[in-house]
Amino acid sequence: MTLAADPIADPKRALRAARWAEFRSFARRFLRNPLGVVGLVIVIALLLCAALAPILATHDPYLPTLTDRLAAPGAEYWFGADELGRDIYSRIIYGSRLTLLIVALVIVTSAPVGLVIGAVAGNYGGWIDRIFMRITDVFLAIPKLLLALAFVAALGPGIVNAALAITLTAWPPYARLARAEALVVRNSDYVNAIRLAGASDFHIIVFHIMPMCLSSVIVRMTFDMAGIILTAAGLGFIGLGAQPPLPEWGAMISTGRKFIFDQWWVATVPGFAIFIVSLGFNLLGDAMRDLLDPHLRQRR
Amino acid sequence: MTTPASRSLRLLFGLASWLLTVAITLLGLAALTFFIGRVLPIDPVISIVGEKAPKAVYDRVFLELGLDKPVWAQFFDYITKILRGDFGTSFATNRPVLTDLLNFFPATLELSTIGLLLGVVLGVPMGVASAYWHEKWPDHVIRVVGLVGYSVPIFWLGLVGLFVFYYRLGWVAGPGQLDVFYVGVVDRWTGSILLDSALQGEWEIFFNAISHMALPAVLLGYYSLAYISRMTRSVMLDQLNSEYVLTARLKGASEFRAVVGHALRNAAIPLVTVIALSYGGLLEGSVLIETIFSWPGIGNYIYSSLFAADMNAVLGGTLLVGVVFVFLNMLSDVLYRTLDPRAR
Repeated sequence: MTLAADPIADPKRALRAARWAEFRSFARRFLRNPLGVVGLVIVIALLLCAALAPILATHDPYLPTLTDRLAAPGAEYWFGADELGRDIYSRIIYGSRLTLLIVALVIVTSAPVGLVIGAVAGNYGGWIDRIFMRITDVFLAIPKLLLALAFVAALGPGIVNAALAITLTAWPPYARLARAEALVVRNSDYVNAIRLAGASDFHIIVFHIMPMCLSSVIVRMTFDMAGIILTAAGLGFIGLGAQPPLPEWGAMISTGRKFIFDQWWVATVPGFAIFIVSLGFNLLGDAMRDLLDPHLRQRR
Repeated sequence: MTTPASRSLRLLFGLASWLLTVAITLLGLAALTFFIGRVLPIDPVISIVGEKAPKAVYDRVFLELGLDKPVWAQFFDYITKILRGDFGTSFATNRPVLTDLLNFFPATLELSTIGLLLGVVLGVPMGVASAYWHEKWPDHVIRVVGLVGYSVPIFWLGLVGLFVFYYRLGWVAGPGQLDVFYVGVVDRWTGSILLDSALQGEWEIFFNAISHMALPAVLLGYYSLAYISRMTRSVMLDQLNSEYVLTARLKGASEFRAVVGHALRNAAIPLVTVIALSYGGLLEGSVLIETIFSWPGIGNYIYSSLFAADMNAVLGGTLLVGVVFVFLNMLSDVLYRTLDPRAR
């Protein structure tokens, strides 16, 4: 036991304790929302599927068994087999990796790009703001799937190009969000104080505007993930996303389309996977918004 | 003091700056499609004519695109051409892209309009009910219905719908706009198959068209319902909690009058924007739905052009949908201003 309180370690410890308490109260409020918990469970299950794919899968997702072409669901093939006799269940398990890959690629590129553009526009105002926001509006003026489609048509199909194309359609909402936040923060007293103290615009944008956007960005991201999954599946379905033999869910529906009337399982089962996963992200996003959105919190 | 003259001057100025904004957005849209078509591909000629094109065709297109000129001159040419309605030639159909687009657009418009009507007629009351019984079981049911609509891949729902309602139950007709033997019987007056067949008294064809349209229209309706009911709910929640609704109730207005006559009437203004936006969303949803249902619309045109490597057609279609989108936004802006006395 020390006599004098340690002036450096104590505040840090207090801060850590406060953060822990805040997290616990956040978790408690989150657990009170059953739909949000369902969403969380689905998302965790998706992560586990991707991580443990080799263990969970019962067959090789790429190895054709032509004698079992279009086999019906049963003991050997839980969800049936596709047109090359590959196990649909195993392909869906491996497909979760592709889904996560696309979502991750899009999120790590679009959110920062949108944040920077929005924060810069909001911070400087004037002409920079006007030009940046016009560009944002133009991107918002074309339906997402169509823009992504045109991009991939120009770039060539493939999983990375598809992710790139979705990124190009996904950044504008983040820019809008960051700009709105920046406009509020820019003229607040504490920002003026650090500006007077000599902080650069760069410092203000990175350390004071962007952190303020974080909670709305996280909510937006969770919602976006469902949209990204659907757009990616749509591109895969059209044939512009992941190419065969990759077990991308949208592409699997596309190949199963030919057999929809007689071997319905080939096209329908991957659709359930897409549906459940995007439902999971939507439920999670709903719950997160209820908890994190400051506007909603004020109302209650 | 504002004199009438200064007010009308201000109005004129506002109109001018607003038109300028729209013009800049449209210009940006054209710049985007120009960028996608000419700058992004390694060889824009090949992306238009395909790899197997003979040398003569290649050279002709190379000159037509003006690829020997600097980029800004190409862009200027592109804009002037678009303003004259020249979107280039579709190499798949060998017709001007504009002709093709005008040919296919009415079918898309018809389908998405019916989808939107379904979405509004069902979605708005659902949203109101959801807000009125906030956190009670009707609210939970309606929210889940909406969330499912948000999360389901629409092209998959189309396939499942075809399997169940066409193949298994036989309640609706299959893909396409009409049965094969009806195609081309009705003269093309408006481009809308329902209107044309009704106007010409071909009721058999009219009902056949409805049977073909039912499934895709209901799916698009569900797609927009999800968004509309969700937004209606959130707008109505704000209104129902406000003091004027309480006042109306205190004054003895009936529940129906307080909710519909007062709250919904005020909620209608933001809802106009929501509905306009979801109309745009339907144009997007129709790309996937049309490919599933072989619907002879813009979406199907873009889809088949993609596989013919017909970039002119793809970009023309994208530009058209983008322009429609911008005009829908404009329309909702105008409606907002005329409906909301505060924005006047």
